[in-house]
Amino acid sequence: MKHRPLRTFLSALLIAIPVTLVLTLTGLSKGMIEDFAGRTRGIGADIMIRPKGSTFASLGSAPIPAGVVDFVRKQSHVKVATGVLMQTLVAPISSAAGIDLKAFNEMSGGLDYVAGGPFQAPNDVIVDEFYANEKKIRVGDEIHLWNADRKWRVSGIVKPGKLNRVFLELRQLQELTGNTGMVNIIYVKVDDPANIPSVIAELKTKLVDYPIFSMEEYTSLISYDSLPMLSRFTNVVIGISIFIGFAVVCLSMYMAVLQRTREIGILKSLGASRWYVLSTILREAVLLAIVGTIFGIGMSYATKWLLQTFAPASLPPAIDPTWWPAATGIALVGAILGAVYPGLRAARMDPIEALSYE
Amino acid sequence: MSEAPIIQVQNLRKIYRVGKVDVEALRGIDLSVARGEFLSIIGPSGSGKSTLFHVVGGLTPATSGTVLVDDHDLAKMSDPERTRMRKTVVGFVFQKYNLLPTLSAADNIAIARDIAGRNAQLEPEFQKVLDLLGIAGRLKHKPFELSGGEQQRVAIARALVNHPGILLADEPTGNLDTANSEIVLSLLRDLNDRLGQTILMITHNPEAAAYGHRIVKMRDGRMDG
Repeated sequence: MKHRPLRTFLSALLIAIPVTLVLTLTGLSKGMIEDFAGRTRGIGADIMIRPKGSTFASLGSAPIPAGVVDFVRKQSHVKVATGVLMQTLVAPISSAAGIDLKAFNEMSGGLDYVAGGPFQAPNDVIVDEFYANEKKIRVGDEIHLWNADRKWRVSGIVKPGKLNRVFLELRQLQELTGNTGMVNIIYVKVDDPANIPSVIAELKTKLVDYPIFSMEEYTSLISYDSLPMLSRFTNVVIGISIFIGFAVVCLSMYMAVLQRTREIGILKSLGASRWYVLSTILREAVLLAIVGTIFGIGMSYATKWLLQTFAPASLPPAIDPTWWPAATGIALVGAILGAVYPGLRAARMDPIEALSYE
Repeated sequence: MSEAPIIQVQNLRKIYRVGKVDVEALRGIDLSVARGEFLSIIGPSGSGKSTLFHVVGGLTPATSGTVLVDDHDLAKMSDPERTRMRKTVVGFVFQKYNLLPTLSAADNIAIARDIAGRNAQLEPEFQKVLDLLGIAGRLKHKPFELSGGEQQRVAIARALVNHPGILLADEPTGNLDTANSEIVLSLLRDLNDRLGQTILMITHNPEAAAYGHRIVKMRDGRMDG
């Protein structure tokens, strides 16, 4: 390998690309999940009520009448209840939250403004720092959200970590989306955490068919394994990665075997068995895979930096070292599979023909 | 030289298939080489001497006939068995040296031990051979840093490192100038005289062949006289 440094470097780099792909995807999954879970916890609620027919991961189509919020607010031990209406901006990674700012502040402890302040008019929008940085937004700017015909004036920029990155005034969002008097999530804060189970039990008897979660339970559900589409997508990427590793190593080793035909003939004349020749090729492939994996891990840090710099709001990345062994395995499987054919070809070479190869 | 021959070939035939044509390279060879003998086989191009070298070295099977090499019956051996035999029974020296270009001289020698399943560390007594070959001070160099004569001497050391019964040399001076040819041929003779190494050398050069104890001529796939 060290005698053909350019070929070795390029092969390792090509193996590193699928490794980077897998690590970036899984890191992104982890980052987005952790970011979403963190923002959900940042609301400060104890209980979440979701629309009928919804799951923990999707809101379904039927919103919740705002009257339910008033009903919940009147239950014993309920300190604060506020309804939120979510409006998709870029599915599935970006949304705007319609909030009742007073009730939301009461529950979350208040949005922490780094510039500007609360809504001053119905068409005002509050964004968090990540969103402002990604979109290069300042207080007073007018921006478009889901509708190109409507402009929203940025009234405030807040620190991230509470519910969402984009906030609109609840009533305005309800009117604009045809959801007057409707919300699609109710957050509840109780007077004492010890009362959470009893309040949930009480609400479940009174609000039949509404999925009701404690926030602890809900955030524990947000994981890689609970999102089947994510794991399926990751498996597809892993499959593609193994194929790329296979193709790269196969091509690289095939070229190497051709280049070293005479050397293989020398080894065979010295009595090298087929396994000796094959294992030499396989060892080189394994080394390429390991070097490629190290490159790939390094490159995953580079992609993390790129995402953090250019898309901090949409694609919050993370490094997930628990995937490093799997990434190494993916590179190894691809490399070993790719080395088998050239290795067998080398192992089966006729020593006399190989020695006469020019 | 009274013991059983180390090489005994009887009615050896070798037919190559070239495209759709059968080429009869060896047409009934009988040959006997005594242990400790230095035999030169001389003949023009196409006489079959290289084919004989390949068959006796176990690099290719015979089509028919008997080939006994150091008590190994090559006719009955499979390809993997002949491969195993090449590790320790025969040592090859080629016209083009055939050193691995990326390895140092020492590693070129050590790899032959590694292939034979032996410790890559050279035995202390092998130093005597290295001294005889005059390459003890050149072992750290890679082939491209060595002269042709030095490369061929490294190749001889590699061929001898596993103490083979027979050293097979195919035109060992074919790529060397006169001075280096004389050095290499004298060394082969020294190895034979001092260590009792059996040597079978193929050459088309009568002067080189004269270094052997005995000269056998080949022509058209047969022994000539």
